[in-house]
Amino acid sequence: MEWEVVIGLEIHVQLSTKTKIFSGASTAFGAEPNTQACAVDLALPGTLPVFNENALRMAVMFGLAVNAEIGKRSVFERKNYFYPDLPKGYQTTQLAEPIVGPGFVDIETDDGVQRRVRLHHAHLEEDAGKSLHEDFHGMSGIDLNRAGTPLVEIVSEPDMRSSKEAAAYARKIHAIVTTLGICDGNMAEGSMRCDCNVSVRPKGQEELGTRTELKNINSFRFIERAIDTEVARQIDLIEDGGKVVQETRLYDPDKNETRSMRSKEEANDYRYFPCPDLLPVIIDDSYIEAIRETLPELPDARRERFISEYSLSEYDAGVLSAYRPQADYYELVAKQSGDAKLAANWVMGELAKFLNQNDTDIKDSPVSAEQLGGLLVRIKDNTISGNIAKKVFELMWNKGGSADEIIEAEGLKQVTDTGAIEKIVDEVIANADKQVEQYKAAEPEKRGKMLGFFMGQVMKATGGKANPGAVTGILKQKLDALCD
Amino acid sequence: MFDKTLAELAQGLERGDYSSTELTQAYLQRINMLDSQYNSFITVTEEQALAQAKAADEARAAGNSGALCGLPIAHKDLFCTQGVRTSSASKMLDNFISPYDATIVSRLKNAGTVTLGKLNMDEFAMGSSNESSFYGPARNPWNTDCVPGGSSGGSAAAVAARLTPAATGSDTGGSIRQPAALCGITGLKPTYGRVSRYGMIAFASSLDQAGPMAQTAEDCGMILNAMAGFDPMDSTSAERDMEDYTAELNKPLAGLKIGLPKEYFSAALDAGVAEQVRNAVAEFEKLGATVKEVSLPNTELSIPAYYIIAPAEASSNLSRFDGVRYGYRCDNPVDLEDLYKRSRGEGFGTEVKRRIMVGAYALSAGYYDAYYNKAQQIRRMIQQDFVAVLNDVDVIMGPTTPHPAFKLGEKSSDPVSMYMEDIFTLSLNLAGLPGISVPCGQTNGLPVGLQIIGSYFAESKLLNIAHQFQQATDWHKQIPAGVEV
Amino acid sequence: MSLDRSDVEQIAHLARLQIDAADIDSYSDSLNSILSLVDQMQATNTEGVEPLAHPLDAVQRLRADEVTETNQREALQAVAPATEEGLFLVPKVIE
Repeated sequence: MEWEVVIGLEIHVQLSTKTKIFSGASTAFGAEPNTQACAVDLALPGTLPVFNENALRMAVMFGLAVNAEIGKRSVFERKNYFYPDLPKGYQTTQLAEPIVGPGFVDIETDDGVQRRVRLHHAHLEEDAGKSLHEDFHGMSGIDLNRAGTPLVEIVSEPDMRSSKEAAAYARKIHAIVTTLGICDGNMAEGSMRCDCNVSVRPKGQEELGTRTELKNINSFRFIERAIDTEVARQIDLIEDGGKVVQETRLYDPDKNETRSMRSKEEANDYRYFPCPDLLPVIIDDSYIEAIRETLPELPDARRERFISEYSLSEYDAGVLSAYRPQADYYELVAKQSGDAKLAANWVMGELAKFLNQNDTDIKDSPVSAEQLGGLLVRIKDNTISGNIAKKVFELMWNKGGSADEIIEAEGLKQVTDTGAIEKIVDEVIANADKQVEQYKAAEPEKRGKMLGFFMGQVMKATGGKANPGAVTGILKQKLDALCD
Repeated sequence: MFDKTLAELAQGLERGDYSSTELTQAYLQRINMLDSQYNSFITVTEEQALAQAKAADEARAAGNSGALCGLPIAHKDLFCTQGVRTSSASKMLDNFISPYDATIVSRLKNAGTVTLGKLNMDEFAMGSSNESSFYGPARNPWNTDCVPGGSSGGSAAAVAARLTPAATGSDTGGSIRQPAALCGITGLKPTYGRVSRYGMIAFASSLDQAGPMAQTAEDCGMILNAMAGFDPMDSTSAERDMEDYTAELNKPLAGLKIGLPKEYFSAALDAGVAEQVRNAVAEFEKLGATVKEVSLPNTELSIPAYYIIAPAEASSNLSRFDGVRYGYRCDNPVDLEDLYKRSRGEGFGTEVKRRIMVGAYALSAGYYDAYYNKAQQIRRMIQQDFVAVLNDVDVIMGPTTPHPAFKLGEKSSDPVSMYMEDIFTLSLNLAGLPGISVPCGQTNGLPVGLQIIGSYFAESKLLNIAHQFQQATDWHKQIPAGVEV
Repeated sequence: MSLDRSDVEQIAHLARLQIDAADIDSYSDSLNSILSLVDQMQATNTEGVEPLAHPLDAVQRLRADEVTETNQREALQAVAPATEEGLFLVPKVIE
């Protein structure tokens, strides 16, 4: 039987506010346990929440970026359940009246599938703390620093039909929130976490299959792998005559399997009701329009502009626009070097390679956009060759400094003086009788390929600094003269 | 000296008849000698009080004394007081030393008041008799076999027994006004949002409101001046300018329009209470007021609506008491669920557990619309009734409670009969309106309270009306037999 | 609506309250009497009435996004039943 996969995502995005959603405690990552959990965050008796204006602003920015209706009236509700990382015994969240209503984003997978994914809504809520499972005499430790960090939970419709689409959607959301600057996008630190609702149904069937929810997936790669694994499990199960049970499952990347989370599975009755400690959040058109004015260029628009303004391929434009710091970096390099295509090749090539190898975010690149632009200028004006440029780049990465400083210090300036090149060419030819004879004996149309040897010898003699174009010309001219 | 009002004691301090230290020592000594009869204090903070009194005397000597400087008061034990046990009269918080001050506590501190201690109450303010306190019931100074009312029963008993000149209370369904009535003192529940709730251990967030309890309306105004005002820490705090609640006390009442809701004078009302309330109304007519009958048709529905909304909010508000970060933790929990269930099962008393369960049930899947949503709709109907009547008259008057103080144990086995005692008070909490209870007579040797209900933020008017009544009558000056002053 | 023993047990579980088996009947009696009291509401027609969550039709105020809280861990954990290395200890959390 042919199966169709149906996927919806719930993405939790931690907003990069300075303080918690309802208290004045810092949200900085990595502090000592419970040093950023104030009386409100610990739910001390008598404490009360007050809403962070920046969390509201950021949620509205997100809504505008995904073409959504903004809730002019939104209401915080309490979701009641007991868990040690939830100090109040309820999570303050939004249900009936969220801040962001229905919207959509357009996605495209690597293999060219395009789709519009509808957003059901996005709401504001508070994050929970963390349970640490190192053994404290058989006990768990609770760190509430994260408790109260503002989240936007983005709930999609079940519009995705493959794990690739799900990953592309998650990447798009990542691109949007990082472009907006409302989230640092650091998935390893949990700044963006995905729950995937996955079901399968026979192709052509209207009715949805029973879904399972895969919790807390924190990389794009794992989204694909977790969904693929779960889809295979569901299909095997059904084909073996079994039934999918609606449940929450945890993806284990080490074993590449999903497993049931029984402890959270108990039928929950969250007893939602409007939080009486908070009042309805009311905003008007002027508030919304003022925020719209401040929106940066969004990834889709930037991608289009990269295509039209810099004549980039759709692929290159897509990659470069997906992450705002990268797009900003690229544009600076392009402007600095005056060569958009060369800039794209370097940002996606050599720079990306070094960033990857060193697990470095482009924001922290030791080679700045200005410096890379400066390097490309030296390729363009023939001061150095592309190959030498890679060497210069490596030195810039490792030691710092501008391209010009390194070219100067290392004496890498390209030799373009034809007199000097001619002298070296003459020496090479004089010392390669055998190869010269072969050259002379060859059919004229095959001689071009034989230049490589001589080229290599010249480069060797100049330490790679000779301008390759000039060398080729002179070599050809001198060798061909010998043939006449 | 213990019969003196706060205003009179302030004059004594000003004249130098006594220092704050002498005054404080006298009250501390009185509490130590007499409170075993009333059980009105949970904690007496002698050391702190004397330090505050000393500081107040120094401030006065330096010429920095405001109206409340050096005056002793006491706080209901649900206001967080830094470094002092704040128990909410629950085993759950018997070991809880608050690391911070409630907003009203710090405001009153800053005004120079001296805190004598923390007052008894119904556990988590859930009750109308003070019998649900983990520390045992406070007793009514008018008859120690009777309840002082609740939940601010300790506050009312302490003021009535003249163990403190004034106290703070909190009122979720009548918890200031009902014990004030039963103990023959004056108690004001301000408009919802007028006094900060930050640091007041929550019972029902949309109903809770703190207020003053004292012998007179004038004293209540003095305390309210320090308590009230916008607090950025409380999202539900009203952003309004401060006013001087003692400024209008002396305005004459000529032309005042009083409405008497016919529903408040039904068959269920004790005849003695009805008579005293009617006498009080007649007194107002003498003062130049006009009286007409009005109708609040949904009065009866305030009980069911309240007993859904308050427990629903409470069930959620009290979820934080889980034995993890503070408060009572059961011995040797075998797992998380055991930790939760036994800490909460052992830490909360019966009435608290009962209300948590009612609330959890009312909010649970399938019942939300029938209970919680319905109750909130009825709440709006009740509010609209009040608004309509208060467009027609200046204030509404009636009995604060249907009966005078009842005997300890009389209603404790039947929660519903206890809940019925709140019929006249809790509709104000549902509507968020201010109300004051003023002593207006006695029946069978027990005090009767007159409730005066005003429009939103009409606290000054209520205090003015109550003060004028107290200028014309001396019910507020009556002291229980057996209370020596 | 009337609650039986198992309903009471279920609600007590939802609210994480241990109730002694011997007390369940008295809880169920009192809960039933409260529920019959509140069932008086059901006869009232509330169609079209907007629920009132807060007595004043006020709107949420916003707080500036500025850090106002400093590390108070020591003071805040002084009242905690069990802590170690700055963490609150609880029986093992199983996910």
